Amino acid sequence: MNLTKEEQKMLDGEYGEGVQKAMEIIVALGKIYGAENLVEVASVQVAGVSYKNLGDAGIEFLEEWASKGAKVKVPTTLNPAGMDLDDWKSIGFAEEFADKQLEVIKAFSKMGIPPTCTCTPYLAGNIPKFGDHIAWAESSAVSFANSVIGARTNREGGPSAIAAAVTGRTANFGYHLDENRVATFKIIVEADMKDTSDFGALGYWTGKQLRNKVPFFVGIKHATTDCLKSLGAASAASGGIALYHIENITAEARAKAMLSDDHETVTFTDKEKRDVFEAIGFSESEIDLVVFGCPHASLEEVRTIAERVKGKKLKAMLWITTSKQVKSMAERMGLVKDIEDAGGYIIADMCAVVAPVKSFGFKNIAVNSGKYAWYLPNQGFNVRFGSTEKCIEAAITGRWEP
Amino acid sequence: MIELHGRIVKRGAAEGIALVSNEPIGFYGNIDPDTGIVIEKGHPLEGQCIAGKVLVFPTGKGSTVGSYTMYRLKKNGKAPIAIINEESEPIIAVGAIISDIPLVDKVDISKIRTGDKVKIDGEVVRIE
Repeated sequence: MNLTKEEQKMLDGEYGEGVQKAMEIIVALGKIYGAENLVEVASVQVAGVSYKNLGDAGIEFLEEWASKGAKVKVPTTLNPAGMDLDDWKSIGFAEEFADKQLEVIKAFSKMGIPPTCTCTPYLAGNIPKFGDHIAWAESSAVSFANSVIGARTNREGGPSAIAAAVTGRTANFGYHLDENRVATFKIIVEADMKDTSDFGALGYWTGKQLRNKVPFFVGIKHATTDCLKSLGAASAASGGIALYHIENITAEARAKAMLSDDHETVTFTDKEKRDVFEAIGFSESEIDLVVFGCPHASLEEVRTIAERVKGKKLKAMLWITTSKQVKSMAERMGLVKDIEDAGGYIIADMCAVVAPVKSFGFKNIAVNSGKYAWYLPNQGFNVRFGSTEKCIEAAITGRWEP
Repeated sequence: MIELHGRIVKRGAAEGIALVSNEPIGFYGNIDPDTGIVIEKGHPLEGQCIAGKVLVFPTGKGSTVGSYTMYRLKKNGKAPIAIINEESEPIIAVGAIISDIPLVDKVDISKIRTGDKVKIDGEVVRIE
């Protein structure tokens, strides 16, 4: 692999052990994937933040790396944690977990990584430009950056993203290269696509069909940013899709031809959509928790839910997970109060997928997210997946009506 | 003595007894980080301890948290002293780097048997 003088110096340890270790990771990954050189990255999103996944070994590792001089040199943001960093007590998180979670955050802060704690960094100030090389972890954010914005990133892991932030480099392979960004599957969308959950269902289905190939969707006439966020998250979870194109909508597809001449074609109709929603379910109709905000809810999504539950007394618990930014604005707008008065919570900083949800005693959960619908059954919950409106109804009535 | 040549993923030197698996290894959830014992049901190395061994296996598998499990094994003194792969993937590569465990790949591991005395120096693997 060709390294610049500066990169070689980092590898040789001239900038200290922390930087050296970071460069060793970048170079090793480049070797494994046959990269010819490294590229400079414009920004980084780091994942692997919940204490539930990291454990004490993870904390020890992060602290050691930080103490050896690992400091980020490009704008870097952080994935969600396993709780609200400020309001964890009132929502009911155990003190023992909270202490450990805050230790993790401290270790990241030592490296210069601010506790943004969101899976939607693009809604919270980390916004790459078209064509930028970036190194992002968090599969849903990777998909958004690659697809909607047209920036370039592989699906980074926790340590490799930190290594990229510390060196300002990533190895030039995979989705950094033009030839790997061309779609090999055409998906004709004939289903009625309105709610974010419709896009979640499409993503869920696409990921299962294609695993990690690049799809090119045709037939989608309109899609909000929230819909695209939902589509990418679900297809990244069920299949590992890091990049998709939508005719006339996503960045690269508007700029040039992104579908290979040699492609397969599949069709997504209302039947496939219904099958996805119906395949996830269980026999009872009681719901004890409804979760919105996977990926983190935008202000618009929070507003929609708050307006519907305002003045009601919810029968099921309602959680909306989001970024601190959105929660602050929702607070200013009075939406936090509307939701809390109804009996629910807006939880900042947290990802329900990596939070200790079990410890709250919830069993039957309703979601409007294809991504969360994919992960929940494996965590031992009973799950319903449906439209935003249906989920709001479930929160109000405590029941899932067929 | 057989001499094999591989590719350095994490540079280092080590000498020890080989423990060979013909199946991939996932560290997270499959190896007890406190004892170094393989706990994955049905794995060819189930019940065996990887601590202090030259661990030989085709490639990694499973959760990316496995890199941190390798680090924890090292901290607990239960890590292998070196790893030889057919083809390393990112979880094992990153785990070896953050834990300072020498790692060589692109090695024909069919030449190595459990119990062999193996010496690793950079990209060279000697079986005695």
